[in-house]
Amino acid sequence: MVEEPGEKVVVQPLPDSNRRYRRVRSVLLVVVGAIALWEGYKWVGDEVLSGMVPGTELRLRPPPNDTAMPHVWDIVSTTFEPARRGGEVLWLLLGKAALFTLREAALGFVIGGLIGFGLGVLFVRSQLAERAFMPYVVASQTVPILAIAPMVVIWGGRLAIPQWVSVSIIAAYLTFFPVAINTLRGLRSPPATATELMRSYAASDSETLWKLQVPSALPYIFTALKISAAASVVGAIVGELPAGFADGLGRALLSFSQQFGVAPEKLYVAVLFSALAGLVFVGAVSLVERRVVGDRRRLAG
Amino acid sequence: MRPAVDAPDAAGDLVVAASGVGKIFGVSQVNGVEALRNIDLEIRAGEFVSLIGPSGCGKSTLLRLIGDLLEPTAGTLRVNGKTPHQARLDRDYGMVFQQATLLDWRSVRRNVELPLEMVGAGKVERAERAVEMLDLVELRTFADRHPWQLSGGMQQRVAIARALVFKPELLLMDEPFGALDEMTRERMQQELLRIWDSTGTTVVFVTHSIPEAVFLSTRVVVMSARPGRISHVIDVPLGHPRDDDTREEQAFYDTITEVREALRHPGGGQ
Repeated sequence: MVEEPGEKVVVQPLPDSNRRYRRVRSVLLVVVGAIALWEGYKWVGDEVLSGMVPGTELRLRPPPNDTAMPHVWDIVSTTFEPARRGGEVLWLLLGKAALFTLREAALGFVIGGLIGFGLGVLFVRSQLAERAFMPYVVASQTVPILAIAPMVVIWGGRLAIPQWVSVSIIAAYLTFFPVAINTLRGLRSPPATATELMRSYAASDSETLWKLQVPSALPYIFTALKISAAASVVGAIVGELPAGFADGLGRALLSFSQQFGVAPEKLYVAVLFSALAGLVFVGAVSLVERRVVGDRRRLAG
Repeated sequence: MRPAVDAPDAAGDLVVAASGVGKIFGVSQVNGVEALRNIDLEIRAGEFVSLIGPSGCGKSTLLRLIGDLLEPTAGTLRVNGKTPHQARLDRDYGMVFQQATLLDWRSVRRNVELPLEMVGAGKVERAERAVEMLDLVELRTFADRHPWQLSGGMQQRVAIARALVFKPELLLMDEPFGALDEMTRERMQQELLRIWDSTGTTVVFVTHSIPEAVFLSTRVVVMSARPGRISHVIDVPLGHPRDDDTREEQAFYDTITEVREALRHPGGGQ
């Protein structure tokens, strides 16, 4: 029997180097565009409109002056100056802080991811468990993390848990929810016929779980993990505040925001480093995702 | 090894024995939907039996009862002299559905190996059996491809290879070629007959195509709807092997007419 003609179309992907070049180019374009917008707004707002909305008595917000919106080159040069007189260079200080925070975030991400995955498996196995616990899982996410963070830090301290681990638990609190919801959805994603086939092989529940449901759920789980990676950085930063850490991004953001009136550049740099920390983490998860589910295509229909 | 023509009684042992089988979906006799009523059917080893009928006649339900994907609410059903449940645990079944339902993260070969993983077959044995089955459906050269690289017809052949990898005594097929174009479909029918001939497996085949049922089967079971029941059983007087010339024989046309008449007059009795 010969193969059916005309149905097999394998799309030739672009060469890797070409794709990478295009990606770098588009990233650079966005950066250049953002800088142009920032400086353009400052120039038009300050020089042309003198900080006023044309034809009104209203002041422009944000004010286009150098105290609220420093020049891009001032922000860049601040990055390479000591943060305090005689202290460390700002980028080094923030880089260390970002690593410190990323460590907390990473542990929180792992804890939260495992809990989320476990809940997803539990819920797909037992409707009773889903009905009993799901409302609390959802409710847990409506409680502001700011309210919970101090409790976790204090209780963690009494249990002699290292403080940075307490911060990780706070990060885990933000992490587990998307993973639980998407794991559940992904485990339910195989078509009914796939489940019937496993049944016809007399497969056990755990065989069906590991050979059919979990692989089917991986694209869903990785989507959740990317959300969670970003959320875990936020959770770690927020968690550092009640812990009173001097080493993480949380403290840097807090103290630089207090200096915003006199040295706004530093806060901007700290914000950029926080964003960078999140990007690095999400990027790392994406890399793993590409290795694990990369060569999979969804069949149309 | 095939019974010459239409001689089910002369063929092997009873593979499927249904007597008075009924299926009601839903909670009670009152509120439930009666999908099947009073099904009596015997299928012997080596037969190729098609179930045909209008939608809602319960042909897929009957297939699922035989395969223990559903449980009957009335009557008794035996597969190889066992309950369907026991037969399923003994891996007596191979199943093929309208959608190939291949796992797209596995290569073609690893898809065919999947059922063997449940019986704890070793890696080498699994690979050997899978390649053997892929030879049978003539897809050996595609063993390392992934399902999404294959056409619809090729995917369905992989599904057939996977269903046969246990060497099941009973192959249950639910409109397996329903999603294929006519040309591919006829080629697949030919292919299936060749596989049936070389494996000696018993086939129960659900379809709504009259020519397909006649071309493939030793017997065609005609069903009618509301409630689903068997209205006629028609022996197909065509010899084996069958090929494209068979489709032009007078007996082929006559049997098609007979099945069509049976579908048109469901009350006609057996």
